Amino acid sequence: MLEVKDLVFHPLDNGVEKSIIENISFTVNDGEMLVITGPNGGGKSTVAKLLMGIEPLDAGRIFLDGTDITEYSIAQRANAGIGFAFQQPPRFKGMTVRRFLSLAAGSELPEKECCDLLSGVGLCAREYLNREVDGTLSGGEMKRLEIASVLAKPHKLCIFDEPEAGIDLWSFQMLVERFEELHAGKKESLILISHQERIIQMADRIMVIKDGKIAAVGERDEVLPQLVGNDIGCVCQNQSHKA
Amino acid sequence: MAELDQITEGVLKQIDGQGFKQEGAYNLRYNGYSLCHGSTEHIQIKRKEDKPGIDVYISGETRGEQVHIPVVVSTSGMTDVVYNDFYIGEGALVTIVAGCGIHNSGCNDSRHDGIHTFHVGRGANVRYEEKHYGEGEGTGARILNPVTDVIMEEDSVFTLDTAQIKGVDSTKRETHVNMGKNTKLFVIEKLMTHDNQTAISNIDIYMNGEGSSAQVTSRSVARDGSDQTFHPRAIGNAPCHAHIQCDSIIMDHAKVCSIPEIDAQHVDAAIIHEAAIGRINSEQLIKLNTFGLEEEAAEAVIIENFLN
Repeated sequence: MLEVKDLVFHPLDNGVEKSIIENISFTVNDGEMLVITGPNGGGKSTVAKLLMGIEPLDAGRIFLDGTDITEYSIAQRANAGIGFAFQQPPRFKGMTVRRFLSLAAGSELPEKECCDLLSGVGLCAREYLNREVDGTLSGGEMKRLEIASVLAKPHKLCIFDEPEAGIDLWSFQMLVERFEELHAGKKESLILISHQERIIQMADRIMVIKDGKIAAVGERDEVLPQLVGNDIGCVCQNQSHKA
Repeated sequence: MAELDQITEGVLKQIDGQGFKQEGAYNLRYNGYSLCHGSTEHIQIKRKEDKPGIDVYISGETRGEQVHIPVVVSTSGMTDVVYNDFYIGEGALVTIVAGCGIHNSGCNDSRHDGIHTFHVGRGANVRYEEKHYGEGEGTGARILNPVTDVIMEEDSVFTLDTAQIKGVDSTKRETHVNMGKNTKLFVIEKLMTHDNQTAISNIDIYMNGEGSSAQVTSRSVARDGSDQTFHPRAIGNAPCHAHIQCDSIIMDHAKVCSIPEIDAQHVDAAIIHEAAIGRINSEQLIKLNTFGLEEEAAEAVIIENFLN
């Protein structure tokens, strides 16, 4: 279980402290899928980066299965069981897709496992194994590879930052199936940051972040009707907060 | 079969990625002389009479054979200059594995200058691999100054794959290529310098034949206080294509200078140069951190793959 208590992030912007995240608290239970949504620039991706240790907290604590991981480095959090898929994954000159996935898995992956991972995200496996993770891959291919890298090994918690961005409709359907499988297995907790209705509909719970604060959080059936067909920001301003 | 000492065996493992064996076509130059060599039906190796070095005759019948010609210098203070000429027959398909390793455990500089000339016959396809490596606890420098001249006849293909692994204090590499009609050249250069090492690489490619094309990929990593200079030069004297790409990772207090030169002397010469020098991308490091790799391990993975 992930427990997040009073996250605060106030980075300096040209020497002036800027409030990006204000006292955000929430939990994600074992096997649960939490979808974080909300307006652009509201702080969703920042929350994900704070959880992974990519951005430094100014206050707050993070617990994974009861262990305080607040002071852990990114690698320590990864080794504690958190997987992270970036919204805009970096490219690596000279690194093959197979090597990339093996690094993600923590050991040399047999060809078949690499192929299965790639096929699972809609990439024609054998064609990609020896390709480089560089500028020769399109944005959509990079994005699918990024998701495959998180699926390369089991985690306690997987965080996907806008997994649908830059992915075509056909591949998107495959991704939805992967998330449904993961969710059905109930082995991993999932945090998905998304604007996509299809993904939001899969959630057990939905959290709306706006202006660096939780604007709404609750069971899917409770929050979803308020999102669909409305301006998220306006709707959520009137919601009670249940963290 | 010549007996090799432990140092020589160790150096050979570093510089001959295919695995050196005293069989087939080979020549092992050891501390300034040819320790052992062998020829095959299609590949004849002969010692030069007038100066140090060998002439290698590769017949047009050659199909996929390898020639191994490593050099090991393990005497501190030695300067070894060698002239190797390769005559590759029409239509031959061959891989030439060269490379030089210096083990210097003394206080005097050890140096090897390998001057190689390739006469590539019509339609031949040559892959030339050259690895440079230095080791030893001595304070004497390990210096390697290779010169590679390539003359390509019509329809031939030449791949030059060079790598400087580590331990070379100073290197100045000179490469000159003259390309005939419909020839193809691939140059892959990988270089890593550390401590106070210096490396200079000058490449001149003359695309004289119609339909010739060249692809140069140079990747380097400069660490500590090392210094690198690259000067790739592509001269298009005919309708031709060339693409030069130089990427360098710079670290610590190192210096890297990339001086691209593209020179079109014909209206149908299409030549592109791309050069980039920069630190290790922090996003790459973070991504590898999310795989559970700490900073140092992540950095090593990025460098290893970048130079792959």
